[in-house]
Amino acid sequence: MIAERWLNAALYLALLAVPLAAWALDEPFVITLATKIAILAIAGVGLNLALGLGGLVSLGHAAFFGIGGYAMGILASHAQSYTPLMQSPFLIEGTKSMPVIWLVAIVVSAAAALVIGALSLRTTGVYFIMVTLAFGQMLFFFAISWPAYGGEDGLSIYVRNGFPGLNTLDPIQFFAIAFVILSLVLILVSRLSRSAFGLALDGARQNVARAETVGINPFRVRLVAFTISGAITGLAGALFADLNRFVSPSMFSWQTSGEIMIFVILGGVARLYGPLAGAMLFILLEHFLGGISEFWHIYLGLVLLGVVLFARGGLIGTLSRAAAPHD
Amino acid sequence: MSLILLAEQVLNGLQFGVMLFLMAAGLTLIFGVMGLINLAHGSLYMIGAFAAAGVAAATGSFLLALAASLAAAAIVGGVIELVVIRRLYQRDHLDQVLATFALILVLSEATRWAFGSFPLYLNIPPALSGSVRLPGGIEYSLYRLSLIGIGLLIALALFWLISKTRIGMRIRAGENDREMIAALGVDISKLYTVIFALGAALAGLSGALVGAIQSVQVGMGEPVLILAFVVIVIGGIGSIKGALIGAVLVGLTDTLGRVLLPPFFATFMEKSAATTVGSSLSSMLIYILMAAVLIFRPSGLYGRA
Repeated sequence: MIAERWLNAALYLALLAVPLAAWALDEPFVITLATKIAILAIAGVGLNLALGLGGLVSLGHAAFFGIGGYAMGILASHAQSYTPLMQSPFLIEGTKSMPVIWLVAIVVSAAAALVIGALSLRTTGVYFIMVTLAFGQMLFFFAISWPAYGGEDGLSIYVRNGFPGLNTLDPIQFFAIAFVILSLVLILVSRLSRSAFGLALDGARQNVARAETVGINPFRVRLVAFTISGAITGLAGALFADLNRFVSPSMFSWQTSGEIMIFVILGGVARLYGPLAGAMLFILLEHFLGGISEFWHIYLGLVLLGVVLFARGGLIGTLSRAAAPHD
Repeated sequence: MSLILLAEQVLNGLQFGVMLFLMAAGLTLIFGVMGLINLAHGSLYMIGAFAAAGVAAATGSFLLALAASLAAAAIVGGVIELVVIRRLYQRDHLDQVLATFALILVLSEATRWAFGSFPLYLNIPPALSGSVRLPGGIEYSLYRLSLIGIGLLIALALFWLISKTRIGMRIRAGENDREMIAALGVDISKLYTVIFALGAALAGLSGALVGAIQSVQVGMGEPVLILAFVVIVIGGIGSIKGALIGAVLVGLTDTLGRVLLPPFFATFMEKSAATTVGSSLSSMLIYILMAAVLIFRPSGLYGRA
């Protein structure tokens, strides 16, 4: 376990050190890549709470990622065009302020996760996978067919939203925001997983009957976990939209759900830093394999197959076991 | 709206549903017998369509194209079962989802590499082109009508195969107790390969049949795969009968929703708003149907709890 702790520290510091070095060397593209890793890692940490700790295999987390993205897109596009979002019964204006957008993204995606979770958690196992997938698709088709916010074409936001006291258009400053949020989310999830709630969730995953016997209501614990998980992924969606200054229905697509899940699995299920390791590996593979071959998804698929079939525990599991054979 | 138009849309919905059944039947068999969730089923649909388009372009024969779609999907299905899938039966669903997601990436990109990114076209055979006049004065495409016929025939054949033949008996036994039939001397791993290849062949065939009325392109399988998931969640996983009823229900709901909802909203809303609301709602209608079924029957209409 000590090895895993060192590995986590190394990953975390690498994510901090590489963009700082890139900043010194004036390589903004590397900083943007690191920002993308940090944001996708947040989405993965969110999913990992439900998937790893709760054992809830959700193939629909793109729903929350997309809701976060559209929360940003809708608020910013109204601010951009100086039109209010709603006039009656009370006035709601758009905004270009990141903290407000994050708050809206968190609240709306948590509400969506509460509803989707309440329906999906009636089922278990393979039904749960398919039902979450279907809810994700439902929002995907809704985003495509609703013309008010760009429909299939998505929405472009011309200027990145602001954060008081920072220039968010400077890559390193935007990276700092993403990095701090990732750190806060990691602290939150680590606290949660060691709290009474986290232990109850873990217990309900391992053995429902035992959890029920000691007075835990598995449905409620899981629903709370699913809601928090959706809210974190929604926050990541808002940041991701701000990174690209663009939202489109593809954020809702089931490939997005699959990719978020890939970060978790590549890194190692139920390991706190697993999604960070997975997002790093994924983005680096995308960058380097994408440079070698147009058909890089073949190699990504083969790597993924190899990890699932032969390297259980993912990157962190494999590396930390190699470093600590007596584990 | 005239009754003739409505009847036509009902037939369209039926045709869509019957083709969904071919996909869903394989998925539900594979899940029912092997306990495997197979996301790569949509890739087999795509492979069937590409094989058919390739053979039709080379030989000009639609029947040969259909045979090719069955063979190609069954062979690819058999190979991935032997190489990858059989390592997954004992794993949890998460590993199955990931490994079959990886298979989608590999199969889709390999197809793109082999055939290019441009869509291919598969023509309706001359004998089945044109339209027929049905009782009641309905003009309907002969090809779509044949699809309904073929789909229903295959459904009947499948029911016969499962309930009357020796292999069907083994499939049903495998659903109930795999250790027991292995102990009785049935080669269970061969049985699994056969079932997987059978499911794959059905998916490939439906890809080829639908490919003639849509374009054949990479990524065509995944939307159908997700609809097939909705079908088997509604019908109950593992039940062929549930798959048939779920498929027809989904096909009709989707098709009729798209036709009927916009005019329905137009009766009390402004026209452009009605179109918007109607078309958005109709694109979500089958998922709403699924949610409604799950609220009342969490394991589907014909699923075992």
